[in-house]
Order: sequence, then structure tokens, then C-alpha cells
Amino acid sequence: MAELASIIAAASPLIYAVVGETITEKAGVINLSLDGSIMLSAMTGFAASFITGSVWLGFGAAVVVSALIAALVAFASIELRLNQIAVGFVLFLLAARLSSFLGNPYVGQQAAHVSPMPIPGLSSIPFFGKVLFSHNLSVYGSYLALIGSYLFLYRTRRGLELQGVGERPEAAFARGLPVNRLRYLYTVIGGSLVGVAGAAFSLDVKLGWRDGLTTNFGWISLAIVIFGGWNPMRAALGCYLFGALQLTALKLQPVFPALSQILPVMPFVLMILALLLVYMDAFRHLADRRPGLRRLLGGEPPSAIGTAFRRE
Amino acid sequence: MTARVGGIGLAVAPVALAVSVAALLLLSAGANPLEAFRLLWTGSLGSTGKIPNTLITWVPVTLAAAGLVVTFAAGLWNIGIEGQIVAGAIAATWVAREIPGPGWAVIPLVLVVGAIGGLVWALLVGVLKVYGKVNEIFGGLGLGFVASGLAVYLVIGPWKRAGVASTSGTDLFRRDLWLPEVGRYSWVALALAVTAVVAVYFLMRGTSFGLRLKAVGRNRHSAHLLGVPTGRTMLAAFAVCGALAGLGGAIQVVGFHHKLVPAVSGGYGFLGILVVLLAGFRAAWIAPIALFFMAMAVGSVQLSLRLGLDSAIGGVLQGIIVLFALLGGGFQARHMHRKLRIAPVSLVEE
Repeated sequence: MAELASIIAAASPLIYAVVGETITEKAGVINLSLDGSIMLSAMTGFAASFITGSVWLGFGAAVVVSALIAALVAFASIELRLNQIAVGFVLFLLAARLSSFLGNPYVGQQAAHVSPMPIPGLSSIPFFGKVLFSHNLSVYGSYLALIGSYLFLYRTRRGLELQGVGERPEAAFARGLPVNRLRYLYTVIGGSLVGVAGAAFSLDVKLGWRDGLTTNFGWISLAIVIFGGWNPMRAALGCYLFGALQLTALKLQPVFPALSQILPVMPFVLMILALLLVYMDAFRHLADRRPGLRRLLGGEPPSAIGTAFRRE
Repeated sequence: MTARVGGIGLAVAPVALAVSVAALLLLSAGANPLEAFRLLWTGSLGSTGKIPNTLITWVPVTLAAAGLVVTFAAGLWNIGIEGQIVAGAIAATWVAREIPGPGWAVIPLVLVVGAIGGLVWALLVGVLKVYGKVNEIFGGLGLGFVASGLAVYLVIGPWKRAGVASTSGTDLFRRDLWLPEVGRYSWVALALAVTAVVAVYFLMRGTSFGLRLKAVGRNRHSAHLLGVPTGRTMLAAFAVCGALAGLGGAIQVVGFHHKLVPAVSGGYGFLGILVVLLAGFRAAWIAPIALFFMAMAVGSVQLSLRLGLDSAIGGVLQGIIVLFALLGGGFQARHMHRKLRIAPVSLVEE
């Protein structure tokens, strides 16, 4: 039970990042800078909290930084028609190095962080109370982001429009949707959530700043978005699965020190297998006959992902 | 992309802008920018004592960049190159540990097997891409993490130092397996890197394989219709790139660390991507740009020693330069209504 609770808590930053990137990619933009964005916003959030003493300002600063990076990706892609992968990759390296350079004075410092806040009533429910409702605002926020994004994407008109922009931009445009403006909007919203993820690392889960604090969590998030088939709920499952693997690795550390190095890379192997399965012809034929299977195991990327839209 | 589209002015502008931004960053960190730039220079290429340090890091970056020219030409994003460097280093270490014999016989074998290790790791990405329709970015990243996980596992597991398991690396190789140095320069490594660049240059300019690569990179569908075996061409591109990256990994192991360390790739693969982006995907520009980048990287060590700054400033500078070059190229292309020489990314496999 305590293990389950700690998995839920440890996965909360990943949930923010994965939900954010899912929204961005659903709109047809891929923000490959995630690993750097999370790192720089983790550092900025910590520094802001350290200087001002306010956790809220920490989260705010983190969101601003990450939203700016996302806006730059959108600008380069939409206005300059640059390759999103190229720009995202350069921003990843730049943001990661900036976090090392600018974060140097804050290494090993202590700052105000998210305080525990069990929800009265709910937290006394047997089992679920302890697992789900004895955390803090950052973790509860991850539930909100998750459920909110799911309802938004699949149950609202705006959510359907968002998907239209990512799937068939020409058709969406013909229906009168401002395709590029919506892409800006959702890339920046997605980037903001990635910023929350960064702050959730440095002000909650990992408490503090050191160089490379969140290394690889961005890549893991990008992988989980795919593993989740661009569906926030299934992606969340991926996040918790990853959290479980990490915890197992930690517990096995004293017993099998070498083996525990292999477990953290398992999500990537699973991601490759999931991709392989989804694209395999045999699976495609099977899934055409049983749509439930496809919903369970894999999803298609938004058709127009990574491409620029220009009115002809 | 800058040099051809906009001439020398547009090539210098990003550097000038980046230097101004870096100067502001340095000022905000309380350092004198002029002093910092002087230290960058004297800490890398500006003093004879530091030139060998710069060149030994120049070799793997240049090898990686040379390989990436080939994969980029085929429209492939080989972000998994870090993993291919690690795979090369692992394969090379295996030979160095297991194969007995005199150094002059084993060292060439170490290098060849290292190249094969990188080649195999890259081919895995290629096979996943061509036959499994797994996008090379994610296949490559995934296999990259697997390779570095494997390296850590080997270093603290089966290949651990006698008695202690530590992430600082395996035992040092025996002395006759170190790449020979003359006057602190590892001539073999330098010659291999230069040869790779020249070979890739001519491969892209004067061979039908180079033409096929470009055809696949520009328009895979048309290339297929014209009878180019697109799958095999992409696999070949991965193989060439992986072999060069693996060779870089092997050189890191026998020429620099003299043992296997977990972080053996050192980010050199990612740096190679930056170099190729800035070079506009042309082989001829790789060597000088890589030298410029590695001078910044090695020189920034002095900034941390003398000025107490974080040595990441070199990496920040590199990132800013490439970002401004990309954006500048984009502005220029928009102005001239021309498409950039960069294959559109396609995460959606046909």
C-alpha cells in the first residue's frame, strides 16, 4: 500500500509532462525539447521558490519558461516552416545546458516546497484513501490534468476541434477553424504543463536542484506518449507502470546491483515493442476486425503530426 | 544551410548574435565576458598544451558528424547515435579484455569490432524502421538507453573492477592496447577522423550511392517509383553512420579513457547532430565546425577553474549558435520563398 502511494506520487510529474505533450502532439506539433524543457523549468521553479519563498511563484516561473520554449517551437514551425524535430532538438540541448549553467548557485540549497495535504474525509477511506488522497496539491493536480485532458479531448467540441487540427488540418481549416492559431495555443498549453512537471520534480518529488536532476525524464515522457497511443488515460497507465519499474529497481538495488541498472531501460524496450506491434501488418488486419483490440494496445499518431500547415 | 542561401553575412550573424547573448549571460553571472572569451581560447586552441585535449574530443564528434551526414541525406534522424557510440565502445572493450596478443595486432581488431558494434546497433534501428515501421527517432532513443543501461550493467556487473563494483569504470586496459601517441597526439585517431570526413565527402559527391541517398531523402516515394531500393538504401545509411559512430566509441575507449566508463558517449553523438545542422548537412564544413565546438567545450573547463562558472557555458554557446543559425535560415528562406534543404520529418510511416 505504501508502495502504491509512492508510485502514484513519483509518477505525478510524468503525468503532467505526458498530458502536456499529448495535447501538443494531438494538435499536430511535436515538441521534442521536452527533456531540456523539464530540466530548465525544474531549475527555474526551484530558483524562484528559493528567492521568493513562494512555492506558487516557483511553479509559475517554471510554467513561463517552458511555455516560452514551446512558443518558440510553434513559431519556428508555423511562421518559419522549420523542421520541428531540428528546432526541438536544439532547444533540448540548449535548455539542458542552460539549466546547468544558471542553476549552479542553487545546487544543494533548500527552498520552500509543496507541503503535504491529505484530503479530509477522502484520505480516511480504507486503502484508496492512503494510496490516492494522502498526498499534496501537486499530486492531486496531476489527477485533474489527467481527467480534465481526457474529458476535454474526447467529450467537448473544442477537444474534437483540437484533434481535427492535428488529423486533417485542411478539413479543419475548411470548416473555419484557425488552424495555426489553435496550434500555437495548444503547443503553449502543452508546454505549460511540461513546466508544471519540471517544478513538480524540483519542488516536490525530488526536492532540490542538482545538475541533471531530471535527465531522461523528458525522453521517457515522449516515449510514454507513444506507448499510450496519444490517449491521456493509457499514457497515465504507462507513467504508473514506469513508476512501478523504478521502485522495483530501487528495491532490488541492494540485492542485484547490476540487474537494477537494466530495469529502468525496460520502458524503452516496451515502447519499441508496442510500436512494432501497432504497425505490424498482422496486427493491423486483426485490429480491423476487432476495434477493441486496437483501443487496448495501440493508437495511431495524429496524421498531420510534425507537418506545417499552409493555406494554399 | 546558411552559407549557400545567404552567403557569408548570414553565416556570421548567428555567431555574432550568439556571442552577444553569451556575453549577457556571463555578465549576469558576474564574469567579465572578454576575460571569459580569452580563457575559452587559451584553454583550448590558444595554447600548445591544450591542443591535444581539444583534438582528442574532436575525433569522436567528427566521426559521428560524418556518419550523420549520410543518414540525414537519406532523410533519417539518427538520434540513436549516442547508443551506437556506446555499442562500439562495448564491443571494443570486449575485444580488448578477451583477445590476447600483441598490441599491434589487437588494436586494429579493437577498432574494427568497435565499428561493427556501432553498425549492428544502427542496423537494429534501421530494421525496426524499414521492416517494423518504428520511427527511427524513438527506436534510436530506445536502443540508445538500452545500450547505456548495458554499459552500466557491464561496468558494475560482469566487468567490474577487481574487488569493487563502481560506476567509475572497468579496470584499465593493459598498456600495449592504448592507442599509440606521439607528442601527446593520437595520430591514428586523427587520421581515421580525417579519412572518414574525406570519404563521406566523396561518397556524397561522386557516387551513385550518394545520389540514391539524396533521392530517398528528398522524396522517398518518387525514389521508389524510379526503382531505387529505398529500404536497402536506408539500411545502408544506418550501417555507414553506425560504423563511424562505433569507431568513435572504440577510439574513446582505447585512445582516451583506456577503459569502459558508463558515460562513454559523452554527449558526442548529440553534439555531432548540432555540428551537422550548423554545417547545413555538408561534409566539407564538419571538420572546422566540430573543431570550433570542441574548442568551446574544452575551453570552458578553464572558465570553471578560473572564474568559478559552470563549464556548461560552452554547451550553451553551441546551442545558441545553432538555434540562431536555424532561425536565421528560416527567416531567409521565408524571405526568398525557398524551401530549406532539410527533409520534412514524418512520424507517420507510409
